Parts: sequence; C-alpha cells; structure tokens
Amino acid sequence: MKTDRFVITVIGVDAVGIVAGVTQKMSEFKVNIIDIRQTLMGDIFTMLMIGEVPSSGFVLSDFQDAMAEIGKIHNVEIRVQHEDIFRHMHRI
Amino acid sequence: MYLTSEEIMQTIEMVRMENLDIRTITMGISLRDCSNPQNEIFCENIFEKIVKNGEKLVPVVDEVQDFYGIPIINKRISVTPISIVAESCKNPDFVEIAKTMDEAAKEINVDFIGGFSALVQKGLTNGDKRFISSIPESLASTEKVCSSVNVAGTKSGINMDAVSEMGKIIKKTAELTKNKDGIGCAKLVIFANAPEDNPFMAGAFHGVGEAECVINAGVSGPGVVNSALRRLFNPTLGEISEEIKKTSFKITRMGEMAAREVSKRLGVEFGVVDISLAPTPAVGDSVAEILEAMGLEKCGAHGTTAALALLNDAVKKGGLMASSSVGGLSGAFIPVSEDAGMIRAVECGALSIEKLEAMTSVCSVGLDMIAVPGDTPASTISGIIADEMAIGVINNKTTAARLIPVPGKKQGDLVEFGGLLGGGPIMSVSSFSSEEFIKRGGRIPAPVNSLTN
Repeated sequence: MKTDRFVITVIGVDAVGIVAGVTQKMSEFKVNIIDIRQTLMGDIFTMLMIGEVPSSGFVLSDFQDAMAEIGKIHNVEIRVQHEDIFRHMHRI
Repeated sequence: MYLTSEEIMQTIEMVRMENLDIRTITMGISLRDCSNPQNEIFCENIFEKIVKNGEKLVPVVDEVQDFYGIPIINKRISVTPISIVAESCKNPDFVEIAKTMDEAAKEINVDFIGGFSALVQKGLTNGDKRFISSIPESLASTEKVCSSVNVAGTKSGINMDAVSEMGKIIKKTAELTKNKDGIGCAKLVIFANAPEDNPFMAGAFHGVGEAECVINAGVSGPGVVNSALRRLFNPTLGEISEEIKKTSFKITRMGEMAAREVSKRLGVEFGVVDISLAPTPAVGDSVAEILEAMGLEKCGAHGTTAALALLNDAVKKGGLMASSSVGGLSGAFIPVSEDAGMIRAVECGALSIEKLEAMTSVCSVGLDMIAVPGDTPASTISGIIADEMAIGVINNKTTAARLIPVPGKKQGDLVEFGGLLGGGPIMSVSSFSSEEFIKRGGRIPAPVNSLTN
C-alpha cells in the first residue's frame, strides 16, 4: 500500500515547547515521523521533518490548517509539502 | 534523511524569499467544433465548451498548489483563434463573442482568457478584417479577454497591411480605455512567429495543430536566478551561465511536476512547460537586476544585449535538460512596466526604446508593456511594430509588441496599470515620421534562409 510522505518545515524564533507542540498535533493526525532534524542558526529555529501520513482518513487541508494554527501559537512558520517537490527539483 | 537539509531549505527559500512561483497554469481548449452560421448559437457553443472543460481548473490547481506548497499565481484559458472559429458566422458580432468569453472566464473564475486572436501573417480574409476592426471595442467592453494578432512569419514575411492597421487599432483601443490609461492595449499583442502553445498572456491562444484540450504551464523565477548569481563570488561569465542553467533546471523540474499533477487530476493531456523569467513589480523579482548582477551599472548600459543573450540562452539550456516538453516562449521577458529594475533604468536615462529593441533580438519576446506618449501617431506605432517583426522574421524567432499610447500623457509622465501589469514612465519615441513607409502597405517578402551574414 502506498503511503504519502510530506516534508514539514518549521521556521521561526526559538522558544520553549515548539517541538512538543508541533509533534503533539502531528500525533493527533496519526502522522508518523520517519525523519527529524532540528538546528538553531543564531536565534532562528529550524526543524525539518518527514512525516508519513495514514493511507485512509487523512485530509491534507485539515492537517495544514491545524499546523498553521499551532504555528501561530508558537510564532513560527510551518509548511507541509509533499516530498516529491523536493525530490524532483534536486534529484534526477 | 534521504533528502538533505540543504535541498529542503533551498526550495523553501526560493518560495519564501525569492518569489519562485508557477506563474500560470493555462488550459488550452479547442473551439473548432463550436462553429455555427448563427452568432447566437455560436456564442452558446463556446460558452458551454469553455465552462464544461474549464470548470474544475481553478479548484484542482488550488489543490495542487497546497499539495506541493508552491504558489500557482494565475489560472487561465486559451482557445482556438476566434477569427477562425467565427469565420462561418453569417453576421458575426465579435463584441458579443468577446463578452461571451469574458462571461465564461468569470463563470469558472479564471484570471484571463486568451485566443481573441487572428493569424494574418500572409494575408487577411474578410472574416479577419471584420475581426480586427472589432478588437478595440471588444477589449474595452471586457475585463479578462486577451487578444493577439500574428502579422509576420519567417516563412511568410511581414503583412504590412496588417501592421498598418494594427497601429490604428492600438490607438483606438487606448482611446476607448482612456479612463484607465489605455489599459486595453495591455491585453493586445502583435506577434511575429507566434507560438501555438504559449501559456503566457496576453499572447496565449490554442493553436490549430493542438489537441482537444491541454494543460500548459508557465514557470517563472527571476528572483531565484538573481539571488543565485549574487551568491557567487567574483564569477566568470562561464560560471554565471552555469549557475543560471542549474537554477533554470531546478525550477523547470518543479514546474513540470506540478503541471503534470494538475493534468493527471483533471484527466487532461499535458502540453508544455514554458520556462520564462517573467518579472513582477515585487522587490528582487526583476530581469534587469539579473543583468545588473552580472556587472552592468544599469540595465541599458553597453553590454546589456550580450548579458541578456547569455541569460536567455542559459535559461533555455537548463530548461531543455530538465524536461522533454519545453515549449511556448521559454527565455527571459523584458516587460518594462512590470519590472522594477527596468523602470529605474528608464527613469535614470540608462534604457531607451532603441536599446530595448536591440535586446529583443536575443531574448524570448519583444517590446513588451511599453508606455508611449498618447499623441504618438498610428503610423509611428506601426513603424515600431514593423521593426520588431523584422527582427523576428529575419532571426527565425518569436517577437512581439505590446505598446500602450497612454491618452493625454507625454514623455516622462508616470502611469500606473496596477497588479502584475505594474506602471512606469512614458518612454520617448522618434519624432520623425514613418507615415509614407507604412502607407505603402503590401507585404515584405519572406527572407532567404541561406547566406545568413
């Protein structure tokens, strides 16, 4: 069964609780984190994740809205994009 | 991580900071089966066909935009040239046909509809004549309809009767839309060697050799190329070319994938991806600034044509490597009013219409979005068009002219069209007359294609 993978990027000013808040919301949507990286460049917090979404009952727009909401709470920018856009752009 | 952090962040930065976007997804629809002797039935036919084919375009494009997180700015429709499909109407009312196209575009919520067009590079039929004379009123009484007329081709020469007529048509269109600074002319392009699969407006139409319905994409990214070049440390021109190719490759791959996804979800054939650096008034999203990044003090300085040639060629090479379906115009656009760097160059006197004309011999389109004084004679406008057509015909390439003689304004005055069309200063044109030359009419023969010195 084919499951879709999405790249979730979180960019913003560092603060306590960003990782917890974001991953908590992801688990509510049953998005499985298969890869995660987090760095600080100066004050800028950057987290890159690859999440595998459930093959049924997952509505992308609901998930994106929920992530945008959690982003607002923690004052960070969150994007959810299908992995293919990155693969296609950089790999042959 | 099988994708590196750098790869992910590079894509994100292109969108966040450098204005990378898919400028347009354009659905081409054939109207060849809509012809009818009665104007009213013909209008019903085209309305129905456009709405039936295009009704899912906007929602599907929005879905794909969210799926990949890449902005898709415009959704457009292009149709078979109306002069051809309306030719069999006994008493065609072209203004009514344009209004029908406008209504259909509004019904399905697309940004523009192109194809109010004629192909008259060798001669005019009776239908073509009636069609062309209706353009000013048609553009003045619609919002989303775009018109184009192909008046020249390398295999046919230049139809100077049409060139002469189009000078008058442009003047009249400006006059009928004078309350909006002649904005009707921003929706009218005169072409040599017009491509049949171009997704960009105002020149898009669905060529007669095209399939029933296709999806074409126009990908843009002057800001991305500009930033990539500015990151290089003291590069040679060879290194600059290499960097442009790589960047163009990446944005074409991205555009093709998104467009193929749209075509798959719609169940419509995929046509082409047109990789064209199309500037917008946004900061940094400028072709002029790319040329300046190569080392020119201002766009328009001597060396600008060479720099643009390098840019245009490298964009094409990168695009062609990325996709086997590159088409349309593909290269760099140099519309003056839509490019903040071009506007600055005109304002400080670095860039003139003569230099722009030279630049069009090496880039992908032509004299685009150039505002000229409102009292410019029709014959002078025809003269500018004729020059531009000659460059296209002799060099076996597409060229175009989109000129706006702004009513009541003179050289140096400012004009504002708004949105993606931008604004800028009125440029000066030669005060010497072209009238006798233009009046002669007839056809400039097709050029010889050997002894090309």
